[in-house]
Amino acid sequence: MVKHTLAVLVENRPGVLSRVAGLFARRGYNIESLVVGETEDKTVSRITLVVEGDERVIEQVSKQLNKQVEVIKIQDITNEETVERQMLLIKVSAGPEDRQEILQLMEIFRCRVVDIGRRSLIIEATGDEGKIEAIMQSLKPFGIKELVRTGKVAMVRGAK
Amino acid sequence: MNGAEYIVKFLEKKGVDLVFGYPGGAVLFLYDVLGRSSIQHILTRHEQGAIHAADGYARVTGKTGVCLATSGPGATNLVTGIANAYLDSVPILVLTGQVGVESIGRDSFQEADIVGITMPITKHNYLIKEIDALPEVLEEAWKVAREGRPGPVLIDIPKNVFTGTVDFPEVLSSTRKQKIPFKNGLNKQLGRIVGVLKKAQRPLLFAGGGVVSAGAEEELAEFVKYSGIPVVTSLMGKGVIPEKEGGSLGMIGMHGQPVANLALSACDVLIALGTRFSDRVTGNPQHFLTDTCIIHVDIDPAELFKNVHIDLPVVSDAKKFLQMLLLALREAKVSFTLNSWWEQIKAWAQEYPLAFTSGSLLKPQEVIREVARQAEDEPIVVTDVGQHQMFVAQHYPVQGKRSFVTSGGLGTMGFGLPAAMGAAFGRPGETVILFTGDGGLQMTAQELAVIAQYQLPVKVFMLNNSCLGMVRQWQELFFNGHYAQSVFTSGPDYLKLAEAYGVKAWQISKPEEAKALVSKALQHPGPVVVECIVDPEENVLPMVPPGGKPNEMLGRWHGETHISRLG
Repeated sequence: MVKHTLAVLVENRPGVLSRVAGLFARRGYNIESLVVGETEDKTVSRITLVVEGDERVIEQVSKQLNKQVEVIKIQDITNEETVERQMLLIKVSAGPEDRQEILQLMEIFRCRVVDIGRRSLIIEATGDEGKIEAIMQSLKPFGIKELVRTGKVAMVRGAK
Repeated sequence: MNGAEYIVKFLEKKGVDLVFGYPGGAVLFLYDVLGRSSIQHILTRHEQGAIHAADGYARVTGKTGVCLATSGPGATNLVTGIANAYLDSVPILVLTGQVGVESIGRDSFQEADIVGITMPITKHNYLIKEIDALPEVLEEAWKVAREGRPGPVLIDIPKNVFTGTVDFPEVLSSTRKQKIPFKNGLNKQLGRIVGVLKKAQRPLLFAGGGVVSAGAEEELAEFVKYSGIPVVTSLMGKGVIPEKEGGSLGMIGMHGQPVANLALSACDVLIALGTRFSDRVTGNPQHFLTDTCIIHVDIDPAELFKNVHIDLPVVSDAKKFLQMLLLALREAKVSFTLNSWWEQIKAWAQEYPLAFTSGSLLKPQEVIREVARQAEDEPIVVTDVGQHQMFVAQHYPVQGKRSFVTSGGLGTMGFGLPAAMGAAFGRPGETVILFTGDGGLQMTAQELAVIAQYQLPVKVFMLNNSCLGMVRQWQELFFNGHYAQSVFTSGPDYLKLAEAYGVKAWQISKPEEAKALVSKALQHPGPVVVECIVDPEENVLPMVPPGGKPNEMLGRWHGETHISRLG
C-alpha cells in the first residue's frame, strides 16, 4: 500500500480538527500522521495528513473530506516535487566514553545538541523521513532513552 | 431583538409554518416566543416522535422539516431520528437548547455534547457560543440542509444565547471561504453516454431516492416514454414512477421483484440515477454486474466509485441530467429497438411471478393488496421497518409524487407511526396509510396521542405476527430455526391500547374479514388502527442471501412448495 500525503486547507475554527479526524475513524481509514497549523492567512489552517491506501481509498477520503463545510481545498501532493520535513527530539545515553562519537555522528547529519545531562544528550533533528530514520538507526546502539517526533509537513516546490 | 425572537423571526421568514418539538429547561425562552408567533408547534410525546415526524413531513412536502428539543436527554433522544434522516438524505433543521455558555463542560444538569454526538450523523452541525454568530449560522444551516444532497443540520444553542440581543441584518454576508466547485463532467460525458446507449441491447434504468429529492419524476417519465427503457428502483426510489400501470419493473435487491432482479443481472447498460448502491441492492459489491457498463449519476461526488465499479461517472442532479440526456438523444436522433429485451422481461415476469399462497391464516400480502385495491386518490403510504416493509415494497403499487415514506438506510423500527403523523401534517386532507408491525408500533406508540388529538387521517394497519418477523425469518433460514428472543409471548391488547388513546380500532383475524374491515377503516373519517392477525411463519421471498448476486434468489419457483435458489 502506498502512503499518500494530503494537504488539506480548512477554516481555522473550533472543532474542525475533530471533524476531520472523526471522519477518518468512522469511514475506516487510517491516519499515519497528522500535523495542523495556521497558514499565512490566520483564518485558514493547513492539515498535512499521511494516509495509507490505494487510489480508490484516497479518492474516497478526498471526496468525503471535500464534503465537509469547513474544508476549503484538498491536494494530494504525493507525486509532486515537494520539500518535506519532520522534527525529532531524541534523548540518547551518552557516557563520557561515547560522547565524542555521538557528537561526530550528529555533525554528519547536521543535527543540534540542545541539552546536555550527566549521562545523556538531547538531540534535535529535522529532515525528511529517510534522514530521520537514519539518525534514529545510528543512535540506537548507544541506547535511546526517550524519543518524540512530529508528523510530516510538506510544501510543493516553486515552479523553476 | 433577543436570540429567541431572532430565531422565530428567521423561521417565519423562511416560510416555516409548522415545527415539531418538545420543550424543556434550556429552551424555555425559545418556547415563550414561539408560543406567541404564527408558527404552529406540534407537541409530540417523545423527542424521537418529533424528529421522525419532521422527517416524514419533509419527505412528503419536499420542504425542510424543523424539529426542536431541549438540552441533554431532549437532544440525545433525537439521535436515532437524525441518523435516519442522514442516511436517507432528508433535509431537517434541528434546533437544540444547551446549558448556558458559562456552564458548558462542567457536566451541568441536562448537559450533553450533542454537537460531538451528532457529528457523524449530520451534514453539518454548530454550537453557537456567541450570539453575534446566530444570523450567519442560521442562514448557512438552512442552506446546507437543502443544497446538493440534502441532510439534517443541527444547531446547538446555549440558554443565554436565547436571551442575548442581536439585530436582524438587512443583508447577510458569509464569512466562509469560497470552495472550488466540483466539475460535474456532464457535458463531457453526455456524448459518451449517448454512444453507449446507441449500442445498448438491454439497457436498464435504476432510479434511487435522488430522483425523488431532485423532483425529477416528470423528466423520468418523459425519458421512459421516449426511450422505452425499463425502469427498476431501489426502496428509496419506489414510487418515483407510477407503479400501477407497470411503468416500473419494481424494486431490485435483497427482496426485490424477481423480474427486476433478473433484468438487473442481464442488462448490458445500467443508468443508475441518484442511488448509492447500498449493500441491500448489490450483495457483494465486488461481484456486482462486472460485465455491465454502469453509468452512475449522483449529485454527491463521493458516491461515485464508493461501493461498486462504474464506467461512466457523472456528478449531477437527476433532473438536470435527464433533461440534458433527452436533449442529446433527440439531437442525435437516437431511437431504441428494445422488442426482444422487453419480450425477455415479459417472459421472466410470467415464469417468475411474485407468488404467495393463501391459507386459513391471513397473509400479510393479502391485507396489503386489499388496502391497495380499495384505497383511492393516491394516498401517502408509510411503513415501519421489517417484513411488512418489504411486503409493502413488493405488493403495494405506489402512485403519487413523494407518496412513499420508509426508513431505507438506517432501517429504524419505530419510524412508521411518527413519520405517518408528520406526513399527515405535511399534506393536510390526504389519507395516510401506515403499515407497521407489532414490534415497531410498540417502539413509538405514544404518538397515537397526537394523531388522536388532531384527528389526523392516518390509517394504521398493524400486521401482528406476534414476533419480530424479519429476525425470525433470518433465524429460520440461517440459524436452524433457533428463534432467540424474536417471539413476543405477551403483548398488549392493541385494540384497547388504541382506544385508550382515543383512536378507533378493529381487528382482522381471518382472511375473509379483510375486505369489509379494510373498507370500514378507509371510510372512517379520522385515525384508525386495524390490527391484522397474520401468519407468523410467512417469509419475505424472494430473498437474495447476503453477499449473493442479484439473480441468486431464494424463492418458491415454478409452483414448488419448497424454497430453492435461482441463478
